[in-house]
Amino acid sequence: MCLAIPGKVKSIEGTTGIVELGGVSRKTSLQLVPDASVGSYVLVHAGFAIQVIDEEEAKETLAIFDDYYASLENRSEEKR
Amino acid sequence: MSSFAQFRDAQRVKELVRMLRRVYPGGTLKIMEVCGTHTMAIARFGLRDLMPGGISLISGPGCPVCVTPSSVILSALALTDLPGVVLVTFGDMMRVPAGVGHDAAKTLEKRKAEGADIRVVYSVLDILEMAEREPDRRFVFISVGFETTTPGTALTILEAERRKLDNVFFLLSNRKVIPALHALASSQDIRIQGFLCPGHVSVIIGYGAYREIADRYTMPCVVAGFEPVDILMAVTDIVTRVANGSGGVGNSYGRAVTEKGNLRAQQVMDRVFKVVDGEWRGIGVIPLSGLGFRTEYERFDAFRTFLSGSQSSFSQPVEAQEPLGCRCGDVLKGIIIPTECALFGKRCTPTSPVGPCMVSSEGSCAAYYKYGA
Repeated sequence: MCLAIPGKVKSIEGTTGIVELGGVSRKTSLQLVPDASVGSYVLVHAGFAIQVIDEEEAKETLAIFDDYYASLENRSEEKR
Repeated sequence: MSSFAQFRDAQRVKELVRMLRRVYPGGTLKIMEVCGTHTMAIARFGLRDLMPGGISLISGPGCPVCVTPSSVILSALALTDLPGVVLVTFGDMMRVPAGVGHDAAKTLEKRKAEGADIRVVYSVLDILEMAEREPDRRFVFISVGFETTTPGTALTILEAERRKLDNVFFLLSNRKVIPALHALASSQDIRIQGFLCPGHVSVIIGYGAYREIADRYTMPCVVAGFEPVDILMAVTDIVTRVANGSGGVGNSYGRAVTEKGNLRAQQVMDRVFKVVDGEWRGIGVIPLSGLGFRTEYERFDAFRTFLSGSQSSFSQPVEAQEPLGCRCGDVLKGIIIPTECALFGKRCTPTSPVGPCMVSSEGSCAAYYKYGA
């Protein structure tokens, strides 16, 4: 029920956007995401975009994981 | 590979499982995934099988459809007897059984088959067009959902007001997640050591909202997205925090969740609704976990308009409201897993569900049944 699907904003008219969700264009309210612009990726839940997805943050999350994993690997190498 | 696709990358999943085994201190470790969408993702990707022996992922009460009290569905059904009333609902609610004794297993779907005007919508916004097109009918939305869903409902109410629609009403049964976590964290029935926090509720409330839980119960709370890498990162973070004896709040869903959440959504909810006690199906009343209309918006309240304000069956014991043998309440509280219910897979299946957890596409029982978890 709290499912939200990422989609790309194709166009905006007023506070409503056309968002492409898995190949289907859907009219979506952008009232909760004033920062969204054409080309943004947004999370859509039941007709409302609830957040603009931050690709830089996505990269950072993975980079933090990679660093942490590498440090764990190094530590276990040292123990051996 | 785009950075989003990497959250499903098999190599990363393998690395994470290795990492999880390394940080796992041994012993029993119960982590509750609060969100139904997580329950579904965990079952779908087979993540329970990847956990080291003592770690169990327990499903919680995070399916709004499952925790909507029977009395709300019975109230909705009562409205279909009134002339010109149209019920509007999310599809998941259609097959949820309500009522006991000779009233047992009433559903919206059956009432629709008997001729009642009940319409399924993708978005609550759809009610506005219906109300404008058919001014002689009165439209009642069965409003369920957590913070992910509630801002949209609030916006729709504000829009109905702006368009001066006087034939739109809401049977409000929205719930707040944090008060439920307090109830679970302080429960004597089950000892949870960490919460895997719901990604899309957190989009709205922000990961900072879990500090009060993490601090009070020294219990790690980590927000996760819905891909295997998201979930495993969060579980690893929780296990690391348990091993270190630290509580604290983490966020493995940084691409969508910020510390403070979606402030505009919070403002909209706060403008239309006030916080009240809320009844959860199978669990009972949780203080300050429900929402009511602020005075300025009371005219949208379907309970008040059609049912003289009688909002629920608070006085009835929770067990008395459920079909005999159904243990959805214990499933929602994480006391048992679905397969431990005697009805599971026998009398209760997705085609013939007895309790709400088998009906909803995100109910724990439905997830266990579908993916054989």
